[in-house]
Amino acid sequence: MQPATTNRKLMWWGINILVLLYAFVPVFWLLSLSLKNAETLNDGNYFPTHPTGASYQAIFQNDDFVRSLINSIGICLISTLVAIVIGTMCAYAIARLQFPGKAAILAMALLVSMFPQIALVTPLFKIETAIGLFDTWPGLIIPYITFALPLAIYTLSAFFREIPWDLEKAAKMDGATPYQAFRQVITPLAMPGVFTTAILVFIACWNDFLFALSLTSTSNARTVPAAMSYFTGATTFEKPTGPIAAAAIVITIPIVLFVLVFQRRIVAGLTSGAVKG
Amino acid sequence: MTATPTPAAAESADLQIEEETTAIARKRHNEAKAAERKLGLLLVSPAVVIMLAVTAYPVLYAIWLSLNKADLRRPNDNHFIWFSNYVTVLSSPIWWTAFGVTALITVVSAAFELALGMILAIIMHRTIVGRGLVRTSALVPYAIVTVVAAFSWRFAWTQDLGWLAPKGSAPLTSFWPSIGIIILAEIWKTIPFMALLLMAGLALVPEDLLKAASMDGASAWKRFWMVTVPLIKPAILVALLFRTLDAFRIFDNIFILTSGSNNTSSVSMVTYSNLIRGLNLGIGSAMSVLIFITTGIIAFAFIKLFGAAAPGADPGGRR
Repeated sequence: MQPATTNRKLMWWGINILVLLYAFVPVFWLLSLSLKNAETLNDGNYFPTHPTGASYQAIFQNDDFVRSLINSIGICLISTLVAIVIGTMCAYAIARLQFPGKAAILAMALLVSMFPQIALVTPLFKIETAIGLFDTWPGLIIPYITFALPLAIYTLSAFFREIPWDLEKAAKMDGATPYQAFRQVITPLAMPGVFTTAILVFIACWNDFLFALSLTSTSNARTVPAAMSYFTGATTFEKPTGPIAAAAIVITIPIVLFVLVFQRRIVAGLTSGAVKG
Repeated sequence: MTATPTPAAAESADLQIEEETTAIARKRHNEAKAAERKLGLLLVSPAVVIMLAVTAYPVLYAIWLSLNKADLRRPNDNHFIWFSNYVTVLSSPIWWTAFGVTALITVVSAAFELALGMILAIIMHRTIVGRGLVRTSALVPYAIVTVVAAFSWRFAWTQDLGWLAPKGSAPLTSFWPSIGIIILAEIWKTIPFMALLLMAGLALVPEDLLKAASMDGASAWKRFWMVTVPLIKPAILVALLFRTLDAFRIFDNIFILTSGSNNTSSVSMVTYSNLIRGLNLGIGSAMSVLIFITTGIIAFAFIKLFGAAAPGADPGGRR
């Protein structure tokens, strides 16, 4: 690399600013809508002239929204936890053990990840109404786990392949019991990968709309993305812009925090499972 | 080895012990292998059972439903009707319009995403200042909920309300502007995903090779096409395959932006309408099966035509 001159630095800063604008303009537009007051809502300006927190107050006084927020958090956390436990077991076996059918499992995971989810909506709707899972937490958690598993298995097995497993043997030679070797040597090495995968899985569950929309009918299990599409305004023809924008910002905050804090890990996780020559 | 022969021991005894220990070792080795196989199968079984139960079984059920008249509004009139549902769907202009719209959105957005994703990948890979900042902000569109982003675009293009909407017109109420906005929303959301996959490919291009090409007088443009692109072709194809399949499933953006008005429904949208709004499970299932088949054809075509290797397709190959 040539030494960076001031001009080249300036050029790169210019390019970086373009990327920032690309990423944040639609997000800040929602933020500004959520802060506009009723009089200036329809003025078409990008920035609010009289910012107010009224929309946020309105949604947090709305039981349906609060309930859907609890649903979103609960359902996504449980799905992530279960998918990570099952996915870790599976990925460990794929990365470390010799057994028949490995290729078939990876092929199946790939198929599931490419699966058109809409093709499952009809049968799942029918099956879930028949066995009483329709409009319940498990009714959403089960499909979420299923579609999170391929992501978890691919990402985790890529991470597990990079772990220097000989360290475990070395620890045992130094007198550690198998449990100690696993707990004190392998677990600290594996945790970052597991954690990264958990973030990716959570983001994927948090993002779901189709299942949340078709497998729920009340605020019993409806998550925020689905609830937002059901928000009603003063009249049935009018969508309540302010509250929708506020709800959108509320569910974007955890995502932006994840990205800010774990940028490196998310990038590593997204690229590790995917392309390696 | 458990027994260490003393220097005084006879050579024959030594050999004997060695033979015995290898036999034991081999037996232990075989036992260990069997145990490993057992553990492996045990560890993967929960994942396999869940994936099979939630996808394979419902798919078979969907195929069965698609061969039946299954209308929840007339539950007493359900019976086996062979392929009538498929005839109904395939002779319906609604299905073919949706199919055309989906194909158009898929092709146009995949093309733009590849070009813009490549530019973003190069920026993230090459920038000499604020690399962390650029990568962090590029992750925002990837991580944000699709419905949230779709609402942002919808409000932005709503008459009077939106900062992008031209005065006195409502772009989301006519066909072509709607399609354009749907594609814009789709591209905005997925450029980062494309860029990250391509960046992983770019990281594998040896710097020396680019330097050598540069010394031979190749321009940056030529280096990109003659050195970088051929080397990262596998990354490009995998990224394209994933995005094409993903774009073909488009639902969230259209549902929020237009709800399928003015013929902007995708195949997933018309299937959803038949199922949840129309409660016609037979027709809905036939559409589901057709989408499933189309997805299969796209994946097969990619692998056959371009030889796109699915990631992890050969397990152990990267060990």
